[in-house]
Amino acid sequence: MLKIKGLKKTFYPGTVHEKKAIKGVELTFADGDFVTVIGGNGAGKSTVLNLIAGVFPADCGSIELDGVELTTMPEYRRASMLGRVFQDPMRGTAADMTIEENLALACRRGKHRGLRRGVTRAERQLFMERLAALDLGLEDRLTTKVGLLSGGQRQALTLLMATMQRPHLLLLDEHTAALDPRTAERVLALSRQIVEEEGLTAMMVTHNMRDAIATGNRLIMMHEGRVVLDISGEEKKRLTVEGLLARFARVSGETFDDDKALLA
Amino acid sequence: MSQLLESFLGACPGAVSQGILWGIMALGVAVTYRILDYADLTVDSSLCTGAAVNAVLLLAGVHPIAALAAATVVGMAAGLLTGLLHTQLGIPAILSGILSQLALYSINMRILGRSNLPLLKVETLLTLRSPATAIIVGGIFALAMVAFLTWFFTTERGYAIRATGSNGGMARAQGINTASTTVLALMISNGLVGLAGGLLSQYQGYADVNMGRGAIVIGLASVILGEAIPFLRSRFSLRLIASVVGGVIYYLVITLVLQAGLDTNDLKLFSAAVVALALGIPNLRQKAAAKRLAKSALRVGQDGQRKETV
Repeated sequence: MLKIKGLKKTFYPGTVHEKKAIKGVELTFADGDFVTVIGGNGAGKSTVLNLIAGVFPADCGSIELDGVELTTMPEYRRASMLGRVFQDPMRGTAADMTIEENLALACRRGKHRGLRRGVTRAERQLFMERLAALDLGLEDRLTTKVGLLSGGQRQALTLLMATMQRPHLLLLDEHTAALDPRTAERVLALSRQIVEEEGLTAMMVTHNMRDAIATGNRLIMMHEGRVVLDISGEEKKRLTVEGLLARFARVSGETFDDDKALLA
Repeated sequence: MSQLLESFLGACPGAVSQGILWGIMALGVAVTYRILDYADLTVDSSLCTGAAVNAVLLLAGVHPIAALAAATVVGMAAGLLTGLLHTQLGIPAILSGILSQLALYSINMRILGRSNLPLLKVETLLTLRSPATAIIVGGIFALAMVAFLTWFFTTERGYAIRATGSNGGMARAQGINTASTTVLALMISNGLVGLAGGLLSQYQGYADVNMGRGAIVIGLASVILGEAIPFLRSRFSLRLIASVVGGVIYYLVITLVLQAGLDTNDLKLFSAAVVALALGIPNLRQKAAAKRLAKSALRVGQDGQRKETV
């Protein structure tokens, strides 16, 4: 269970560039929640995700995951509980290392890294099975450098890496935004499948309203650093893009200011 | 011409033995520059720190191998200093190296007690008076270090360092403490450089406070020259061996140009030019390719329909 209380973050405080990105967020995710987070440009969706991941520290508030206080823990230590997939497919994998080396790194997330072999024979077997399930033909390319893969392949691999060690929370940060529509569809389907099969708790930030509506059991809309809508259950199932836009206009008094989302 | 060839061949064994010893130093540069993606300038001083400690210990009657072990350890300490400056104080990579380099100059003077310390009447493992022995001893040390690095970089810890160099953000997302992997890689690198310094001072028969000046350039030159060897690319261990071979090639070239009449004082200018060229060539190639592309686009535009060219 994720509990966020009174979370605030201001970038460049005290300068002309000061930006109050998060102005007090309260959120609780139940185990098994698959929450999609949507919002206009600068609404603070990715900032909340990065605060959970520990990319930068929060100004105040607290973040607790399955009873562990994450708020002041350094990024690399939180990683033991979190699986992460980034918007840029280049960011989630080490390009100079092979597929099996990347997967082996992910297998040791949260564990001590000593002088044992970096990848074992038993692991190779496991990797081949897991890669075969992706159906991208990567199972025969264990020793291929990840830098040679396409964006979609890298993103699918990152997804596998993020869930290799069961994460307490899976963080998907607009992870299909940089892909072409067909590949994006495929990676999203894969994400849904993995979350469902493993029964993971997950948070997916997206620009795409239709994806946000069609994915997961709960939808959160952010606006100017606050959560303005929180829709789940039957209500979410009946949601439409038009309905969502209308509700957004009612709670914020503005029209939705994201071209990418409207066109999607 | 034949005279030049003869004197060059005569100087070859010396150049090869010196090249192997600098090749061990180049292994250290390969660890930071290629694996960690960190241009570490500490090496210009840590080479001398290794040499100085080795010389002082030899003169105190310590066994040459123990002296080399000590040289390695002080090299690692130099790497630790740079690593802490970078990761704990947040000083940029290049500047951290420059700061330790400067600080170490004073420390090296303290260790040596004077700017040049000759190793008179002490037993050493290798000496320039016997290049054949030096090649064998240097070769054994170089291969041992290649074997160590090859093993180490296939361990979990080694993977963590490689991930740090390849993509720090990804490494942290996979739970790797990139500050500690950076420090460890700098320690390993400078340990190798300290060892090379110790071996060089035994080989030359002295330790000199200026002996590491420009070492980073020689190390880079060796790494880059090694990468140009086509059949030493397929495996990690071969790429490491290539760095040592690159050191040998570098010293053979230096010997050749010196014999051909280049002034010793111009040597550093020559080395810098070689490295600048080697580092710049991939860039220049890219630019040339872009130009060709623009030209061919222009031709297509003239032949058929009009096309925009950049």
